[in-house]
Amino acid sequence: MAVTLDQTIAQKQHTFLSRLFSNQTFWVVIAVVLACLFLSFATDSFATSKNIFNITRNVTFVAIIALGMTFVIITGGIDLSVGSVLCLCSMILAVTMHAGYSIEIGILASIATALAVGAFNGVLIAYLGFPPFVVTLGVLSVARSLAMVASNNTVVFQFGPDHQKLLALGGGAWLFGIANPVLYMIILALITGFILRWTKFGRHIFAIGGNEHAATLTGVPVKQIKVAVYMISALSAGIAGIIQTGWLGAVTTNLGTGMELQVIAATVIGGANLAGGVGTALGAIVGAALIEVIRNSLGLLGINAFWQGTFIGGAIILAVLFDRIRNFRRSD
Amino acid sequence: MPVLELANISKHFGAIQAVNDVSISLEAGEVVGLMGDNGAGKSTLVKMIAGNFHPSHGTMRLDGRELVLHKPADARQHGIEIVHQDLALCNNLTAAANVYLGRELRRGVGPFRILDYGAMYKRAGQLFAELKSETRPRDLVKQMSGGQRQAVAIARTMLSQAKIVLMDEPTAAISVRQVAEVLNLIRHLRDQGIAVVLISHRMPDVFDVADRVIVMRRGRKVADKKIASSSPEEVTGLITGAIEQVA
Repeated sequence: MAVTLDQTIAQKQHTFLSRLFSNQTFWVVIAVVLACLFLSFATDSFATSKNIFNITRNVTFVAIIALGMTFVIITGGIDLSVGSVLCLCSMILAVTMHAGYSIEIGILASIATALAVGAFNGVLIAYLGFPPFVVTLGVLSVARSLAMVASNNTVVFQFGPDHQKLLALGGGAWLFGIANPVLYMIILALITGFILRWTKFGRHIFAIGGNEHAATLTGVPVKQIKVAVYMISALSAGIAGIIQTGWLGAVTTNLGTGMELQVIAATVIGGANLAGGVGTALGAIVGAALIEVIRNSLGLLGINAFWQGTFIGGAIILAVLFDRIRNFRRSD
Repeated sequence: MPVLELANISKHFGAIQAVNDVSISLEAGEVVGLMGDNGAGKSTLVKMIAGNFHPSHGTMRLDGRELVLHKPADARQHGIEIVHQDLALCNNLTAAANVYLGRELRRGVGPFRILDYGAMYKRAGQLFAELKSETRPRDLVKQMSGGQRQAVAIARTMLSQAKIVLMDEPTAAISVRQVAEVLNLIRHLRDQGIAVVLISHRMPDVFDVADRVIVMRRGRKVADKKIASSSPEEVTGLITGAIEQVA
């Protein structure tokens, strides 16, 4: 026997490249890069600094929430309420500041609202055993309705004494001409990536998604972690809401309508598995980027906007198709 | 002195008497086969030792001291480890991650502590080497054979200084070659002075690896004897009730 047991145990089965090539996120990055290269040559208007600025900024709102959603999806759950929570948090911020309070108090109230909604979702799901789909579907309806109640269904566009501060927060570009929302997105992505890879909390999230029963048996605090992930998801929606309020300079009660589906699409395109146990921060970002590049390019290429849904839907199915093909090959 | 002693343990759920006045003692470095038909009370008995259920009557003693368990984590703290029938593994995680699930190693100071991948891979590798199992710590559990998966679940019990390992049907639904592998893993545990309770329906496995066999029927202990002085025919008779009871 030439190979000892110790050698077998120490052997690494996968090289860096084989891991890279079997990674859905990697292929989506390639797709985004190829699309950008193609568009740079095919159109004059794509590779302009103004358009790039627009794309990166448009990506961020979906991407930031997709980061939060990634936590939920890794545990095998789903959060349909994020679009409405974004609207509610924007509205709370707007109404508070409109009433004459400072930006700090406005943001605090908004974040507190997000955490409360997330905790409500989480407690019902983790402790009372509700299906995540049902609870968050209910909250989707409740949160938007509360936003209407809070504002009396009006448009808020005057934010009191700190009006300019809020617009600068969301609409400025404080570093190297990069839009502020993009900076926030990068920071949040780094934090998310760190939590998922390097903390006990992150490890336990993956364990719950892989086998919840096993996680319980081995002493993982499953219920507390589940509440935490829904709070993180709602918090990400709240943060996106605050930034978007500053960027738009006005809040309406239809803000973020249908956004939950874009967010879920972004996470799934980026490689997260709705069955749980798989997902990355980078995946959430590139998934959101691919959707935005498709949307942007259709406009630039002069294709009728009615086709947008078809192309984005196609991208979702195609991304998951690659994953299926790999699994078929493995099971053979 | 026995490592674990159960004295006149009973458990009832409402009117149903699941375990009735059972006394058992376990020695260190001993493998005990626990047999019985479905509903004989094996699982209930084991769940009391594992801290899932609280006995209705009777006492448990660990190393001579009275043992009261409120939850599974208490049992683990006292050195009682369980290998669950479904192994309780996460397919999406590596072997090392599964071994350390719920008690991950971390490095750093204060609140800034990160997972110590290196140390976990290293120690998990050592455990697999001790178990003589060809299991790589970095491999995902979903790519593993049944025997390797058992090795991961058993390595988990060796992380802390376990005194007793309870194994629930470890050889059900795996191939013949893997059964041999698992029986070897059990012998390794025994050689380290751990008391192993093997719950099984498979007569050959129990007679292959166990030192003693305990048979339960309808909540009562109907036999407790050395493997050498028993036979599969006798145990079968005891399980079905063809033989009423032996001393």
